[in-house]
Amino acid sequence: MKNWIKAAAVAAVGIAFSASVASAAWDKVVVATEGAYPPFNFVDKDGKLQGFDVDFTNELCKTAGVECEIVAQDWDGIIPGLLAKKYDAIIAQMSITDERKRSIDFSNYYCTTPAVFVGKDGMKIEAYKDGKVVEGALDGMVIGVQRSTTHANFLEDNFPNTEIRMYDTQDNALLDLTAGRIDATLADSGVLLEWVNSDAGKGYGFVSDTFAPVEWFGEGAGIGLRKEDQDLKELFNKALAEMLANGSYEKLNKKYFETINLHPR
Amino acid sequence: MFEDLIYVLGKYHGWLYDGLLLTLQLLVIAVAFGSLLAIPLAIARTSKNLWVQAVPFGFIYLFRGTPLIAQLFMMYYGVGQLVSNIDGIQDSWTWQYLRDPYWYCLLTFILNTAAYVAEIMRGGINNVPSGEVEAARACGMTPATTYRRIIFPRMWQIIWPAYTNDVIFTLKATSLASTVTMMELTGAARKIVARTALPYEAFISAGIIYLIIVYVLTFGFKGIEKYLRRNEVREADKKPTVKIGVQA
Repeated sequence: MKNWIKAAAVAAVGIAFSASVASAAWDKVVVATEGAYPPFNFVDKDGKLQGFDVDFTNELCKTAGVECEIVAQDWDGIIPGLLAKKYDAIIAQMSITDERKRSIDFSNYYCTTPAVFVGKDGMKIEAYKDGKVVEGALDGMVIGVQRSTTHANFLEDNFPNTEIRMYDTQDNALLDLTAGRIDATLADSGVLLEWVNSDAGKGYGFVSDTFAPVEWFGEGAGIGLRKEDQDLKELFNKALAEMLANGSYEKLNKKYFETINLHPR
Repeated sequence: MFEDLIYVLGKYHGWLYDGLLLTLQLLVIAVAFGSLLAIPLAIARTSKNLWVQAVPFGFIYLFRGTPLIAQLFMMYYGVGQLVSNIDGIQDSWTWQYLRDPYWYCLLTFILNTAAYVAEIMRGGINNVPSGEVEAARACGMTPATTYRRIIFPRMWQIIWPAYTNDVIFTLKATSLASTVTMMELTGAARKIVARTALPYEAFISAGIIYLIIVYVLTFGFKGIEKYLRRNEVREADKKPTVKIGVQA
């Protein structure tokens, strides 16, 4: 209770003063996370918040030079809580969408689980390179994908000479991959990683780099902020850019995901 | 609503057209081969020998007693998986066909249609007036000739309305093919929904195409029915034509 009064008071002061002194106003920020979305954010057996989002938040605040307190908040109430000033930011893998942008603001995206091709070990697919689609990279191949997904749209829009099989579920596409009826499948790397590491996925692995062009896969997850806190948004964006530049983001990324690049753009 | 419908048709008619072709292909092949397969099944089913009856009975019972989607999954994922595990098959020339969902789909639809049509045919054969069969025998026709000249023509007359019904049923059954990656008409509509978030417009478009197919089918089958019944004397025609004053 005390904290948020303090934070609100600080915020109010921050808004009252001009932007140049605003960063000084944010010396204490309360950040909410969900705590139920491993490995990004979860509560460990000692009841402590853990995960990529938690480590990221700590690193971000350190870089920004502000003191942070992380609180757990159920997903349903996470935006209302922000608007009610129970905390100042949401770092909980919240995807940036137009719908949410109507009520809150977002920082630049800080994380996304990119798309990746999975196929037999030893295969190599280069369908997306240097921010561009490699035309004809999948010619003559049979690629499986779950229907009604952004991944299906991506394949259909860019690879007209590829036989694209649309499955009702990703599980069925993986079933056909092991049966050899498709050469590879495209999906969310987080989903596929689990399968590749399971017994069912023995002999199969990531056969492309991970990629996440905005036009097809959306912006990714951002830090949720109140619309009026533009100074905090600027502060976080600057700290995020610094983390990406000095390699501390990459270190965090590697700690949780060896093979997935969470910030591919 | 109306503008969205025009938009869907304008932008995605190519998908719907491809879907339509696949739907018709599945329908025609399933009905043609299913009906061919149904003939021996139906004949065996009417046999007085219990052992001869048992095989078609089991087959029909199995395919009529389980949901088509379960059969499709059993065939595509179950049989397909078994086939893919055969040593060396993935390197042989047959693999390009065996990995294709098309053949599994087609086979399922053919077997399913055969089961239903065989049962319809059995009813038809049983309802051929026994007098006609006896007459054929009395004329010295062999069983094969009796089937060809008496029983089958009669059977088709009897079963035609039910058969028409089954063809329409099969048309709608083909919509399940999209669950095993075959993008027929319903699959195409689903794909459009995924793109445009316009479910009503996409499914209404597909629905109208189905209605048109059914209309054409009904029309065509009605014509065939008339042809099949060409020798039947209608009640109205039975009035004796009295010709007065004409001497033989």
